[in-house]
Amino acid sequence: MYSEPYIDPASAHAAAAPIEHRFNPYSDNGGTILAIAGSDFAVLAGDTRHTTGYSINSRFQPKVHTLPCDPPILVSANGYSADGDTLVRRLGQRVQWYSYNHNKAISVAACARLIQTMLYGKRFFPYYVHTIVAGLDEEGRGAVYSFDPVGSYEREQCRAGGAAASLIMPFLDNQVNLKNQYDVQTGEPKTAVYLSLDDTIKLVKDAFSSATERHIHVGDHLEIKIITKEGVKVEYFPLKRD
Amino acid sequence: MDHMPENWGRPRSDVYGVYNPAIHNAGPTTHTQQPSITGTSVLAIKYNKGVMLAADNLASYGSLARFTDQERLIKVGKETVVGVSGDVSDMQYIQLLLERLIIEDNYEQDGHNLRAPHIYEYLSRVMYNRRSKIDPLWNAILVAGKKDDGSPFLGYVDLLGVTYSAPTIATGFGAYLAIPLLRKIASDDGDEKRITEQQARAALDECMKVLFYRDARSLDKYSVATVTTDGEVTIEQNVRCQDMSWRFADHIRGYGTQTM
Repeated sequence: MYSEPYIDPASAHAAAAPIEHRFNPYSDNGGTILAIAGSDFAVLAGDTRHTTGYSINSRFQPKVHTLPCDPPILVSANGYSADGDTLVRRLGQRVQWYSYNHNKAISVAACARLIQTMLYGKRFFPYYVHTIVAGLDEEGRGAVYSFDPVGSYEREQCRAGGAAASLIMPFLDNQVNLKNQYDVQTGEPKTAVYLSLDDTIKLVKDAFSSATERHIHVGDHLEIKIITKEGVKVEYFPLKRD
Repeated sequence: MDHMPENWGRPRSDVYGVYNPAIHNAGPTTHTQQPSITGTSVLAIKYNKGVMLAADNLASYGSLARFTDQERLIKVGKETVVGVSGDVSDMQYIQLLLERLIIEDNYEQDGHNLRAPHIYEYLSRVMYNRRSKIDPLWNAILVAGKKDDGSPFLGYVDLLGVTYSAPTIATGFGAYLAIPLLRKIASDDGDEKRITEQQARAALDECMKVLFYRDARSLDKYSVATVTTDGEVTIEQNVRCQDMSWRFADHIRGYGTQTM
């Protein structure tokens, strides 16, 4: 949507300091994403709402992408959607070129390092996105990598990104990594164990329905992509539309 | 007489030496920072046999209704319509780009022709690359046509390169005033299968009327384009808003019926 610069009528006629209006090359298109790694699977989920300001542009604009490689890798770049789409598209091309050049599929770890260089390559005009990658590592275990807009990254068990990251992440700390949970008998802090796929999906659905209640830029539909050694499965789940 | 305007009003060459035209380019290069002549909302809705678009014929200069017969729905290739809001000169540049694109494509007599998804992809890259140069084309654009599988296609792209698809899309003021009305009949993907051409047209006519009531930079004269999944494009021009009631204006100060 285009907008005219706002000129305060009171100062429009006064010969005061000139009003400077600069084109803002960024916008925020809402939405949120979440990834959890299991012992032999990984999930990457995102809502499908696309917004600008208070407007819902689309109720179904999926943003979790499967990269064109085998075994597949899931990626989502959430934030400013034009940058996110561009990043994912270029990453898809780079992943294909990798397979042509090296005659093998890219690993998740190599893909993560590639994303770092792509993000840092625009360090001084960044892609305004929170990027999460999910796949299976060389041992077949679930792998999740998350990035900040300029390419800092680490491998994690779980990560939430985007508009409602601050609502979901503490829930994940408690339920996936068992933070602030203590054994009733010994009083010792609990140690995290791998979740089952069923429990993971329940957790993802709960996280998103709760985020939808409290965040206006989250809702409409939930898309969950599950990656196992069999390939990628997609599940959809309705979210509140208000 | 010297017919070159750039030579008018310059210091005399015989007195002050030859004028140096390089000073025209002194200072930094500047880009479009704001639109000047603008078109308001473009509306579009998918229906069971295609996509329908509407845009009025006004080109405004700020709050001045400057040109009242500006067409903003552009037929591109054989089976695509592009609706443009925002800066009109940038729209004309986009029109030029699209004409070049179609001509280039026609050089290959391979029986292939560019359809809506291809034109949308091209436009969205042009828009994103211009915003990345901080020299945007100040527009919000709707692309309508059919997908490769024959189903209706409708996509949005704006000056930031932001893109999305939905069964109903509107730019500008239409996003606030028309979308709630259009989503009553089509809010989710697949809803368009239950909408007839007549229903779609009635909904767009109603929305153009609501926009003329409340959008101060709009006109009651507009064009309606239909792109069917058979690949037929029709653009009906000079449509007028019907059955309007302005009785409420009687009670509002500023409509000219009262004396202060």
